[in-house]
Amino acid sequence: MAKISYLEAIRSAMREEMERDADVFVLGEDVGVKGGVFHATKGFYEQFGEMRSLDTPLAESAIAGVAIGAAMAGMRPIAEMQFADFIFPATNQIISEAAKIRYRSNNDWNCPLVIRAPFGGGIGGALYHSQCPESVFFGTPGLKIVAPSTPYDAKGLLKASIRDNDPVLYFEHKKCYHSITGDVPEEDYIVPIGKADVKREGHDITVITYGLMVHYVLRAAEELSKEGIETLVLDLRTIQPLDVDAIIAAAKQTGKVLIVHEDNKTGGVGAEVAAIIAEEILYDLDAPIQRLAAPDVPAMPINPIQEKFYMLNPDKIAAKMRQLAEW
Amino acid sequence: MSQSFIEQKNVHHSLGMTDADVIKIYRTMRLARLFDERSELLQRAGKVAFHVSGQGQEAAQAAAAHALDLAHDMFFPYYRDYAFVLGVGCEVSDLMLSLFAKAADPFSGGRQMPGHFGYKAKRIVTGSSPVTTQVPHAAGFALVAKMRNQPSVSFVTFGEGSSNQGDFHEGLNFAGVHKLPVIFFCENNQYAISVPYVKQMACAKVSDRAAGYGFPGVSVDGTDPFEVYAAVKTARERALRGEGPTLIEAQMYRLMPHSTSDDDSQYRSKAEVQAERERDPLPRMLMYMMQTGIWDDVKEAELKAECVKIINAATELADKAPYPVAEDTLKHVYEGD
Ligand SMILES: Cc1ncc(C[n+]2csc(CCOP(=O)(O)OP(=O)(O)O)c2C)c(N)n1
Ligand SMILES: [Mg+2]
Repeated sequence: MAKISYLEAIRSAMREEMERDADVFVLGEDVGVKGGVFHATKGFYEQFGEMRSLDTPLAESAIAGVAIGAAMAGMRPIAEMQFADFIFPATNQIISEAAKIRYRSNNDWNCPLVIRAPFGGGIGGALYHSQCPESVFFGTPGLKIVAPSTPYDAKGLLKASIRDNDPVLYFEHKKCYHSITGDVPEEDYIVPIGKADVKREGHDITVITYGLMVHYVLRAAEELSKEGIETLVLDLRTIQPLDVDAIIAAAKQTGKVLIVHEDNKTGGVGAEVAAIIAEEILYDLDAPIQRLAAPDVPAMPINPIQEKFYMLNPDKIAAKMRQLAEW
Repeated sequence: MSQSFIEQKNVHHSLGMTDADVIKIYRTMRLARLFDERSELLQRAGKVAFHVSGQGQEAAQAAAAHALDLAHDMFFPYYRDYAFVLGVGCEVSDLMLSLFAKAADPFSGGRQMPGHFGYKAKRIVTGSSPVTTQVPHAAGFALVAKMRNQPSVSFVTFGEGSSNQGDFHEGLNFAGVHKLPVIFFCENNQYAISVPYVKQMACAKVSDRAAGYGFPGVSVDGTDPFEVYAAVKTARERALRGEGPTLIEAQMYRLMPHSTSDDDSQYRSKAEVQAERERDPLPRMLMYMMQTGIWDDVKEAELKAECVKIINAATELADKAPYPVAEDTLKHVYEGD
């Protein structure tokens, strides 16, 4: 075991996969000579050369579209969107093309593509360097969507995504890059796509979440523990397909469920999680399903007062958890 | 537009083509036209829901297919390319099964509209309806050909209206920067549904657009199979030498309405369409072959009979073929489904 950062977990997953499989390569804006604006591909240009850490023109639809072509041609491209906020020019390629290639060709073609997109706020990134765009893609059959919270999951899920034979959107939280460190095995491993993970056991309330919010929820759970409230924290890890069994089991365990996400509330992943629980085990619940998410405004402002207002934090989450526990 | 190839006798020899090459291109054109006409009839008779016609574009399509390497190149056709896909090895029965949306449709198993090709065994990459998305895919395949040092060229087609899409510009730019082996082949049939060329772009020719991406753009008479053949050959050789892409604009005319759902009298005159019929590539190719002496009335009658037989058999096969099973709707979203 070695303690590494979330960013190093992502970098080492790519490096190891590129060493293992000559068909894996990265492409995107500034991923070559510079090694990426967040340094996710630092050293790749030197180690793997220009063609496998390919600086592309500033054109996201081409980054996705060329990667889709390369994937259909038998490669395993990792396309980097510099910020998840700038994935939208590529949306047509992702939703109309990557997601539908296997289905529309009746299994003749497939598209083993990973699109990495640094997402999320709390970093002073303003409206266009802070967004959580997952709900735009969520509910698009044919896509898999992951959003790891820890270095262990980040590395294992990225390796699984690269080896997957279908397109995977890999949302990595910018605020986790350096702030989150954790133990990661020396040996090769994967975290299977589609499997949620209980990050904390508890019998009073259940919180279901993903991404950076996992850490905030865990901190809130520590606070509540001092008050005698024990929280089960389920980290979805994969947003699509959702781990329905794990969601049901976690909800059943306590009968009180709060869903937390950084993305805004309406039409978010939480709505689907809530619907699944309501559909399957409504009468096992002891309280109405709760959601805590960002307000339904277009995106977060840059000034610190409003950014703080927009973003969830452990205190806001703890308050909501207390409410639920007392229901 | 040039009448040149009809007036000359031996254009094909000067291009290094044999008589058999010419006959092959003509046969593909003939087969595609008969398929197209039959599809129109089947739609009108209520046997099939929808057809999108390629009439008027067959010379360019068949000649381009003939100029490519069917063992190495990769193809990204758009929805009017019946002659093209027949030229690279599809059967009329494939087209018919797709038209009838039957389970044995090799392009999509009866899932997609007709004209949405994709057939790995024939090196045809799966396509979709949002126009021009295939252009960056072609660049992606070409990137891989370059990485793997394979003698493969991506050949991608689209309409002139589609050359306004971002994916056209992003795809050409990417291919230009990395000098990728791609042939961008625009079938300029003068209309994007109802909107004429002059309301689609302000540059005189689609091929002018290549200048912005640092590689040659050429315009050819798309009703002249020899001009098209020569341009595609040249572009292919250039691509294989590692010199990068070429944009070819094949200028032609869409003889039929946009699709069976369109009424073209709302936006163009009968007189205009009639005048353009003079340039219909099919009779002109026939005239060339007759004048050159490689063809005669007997051969023509034989070919027509053979093609009609193929069309009839394919129609019957597709008509009788089963639809996909309802529950298979759920299949192939992900691997293993
Ligand atoms: C992105 C997108 N917008 C609109 C359409 C609807 N549409 C289908 S074909 C077409 C016109 C295309 O014109 P052109 O590119 O010139 O090709 P042509 O049909 O003339 O061969 C339009 C608007 C579409 N398929 N995709
Ligand atoms: Mg057109």
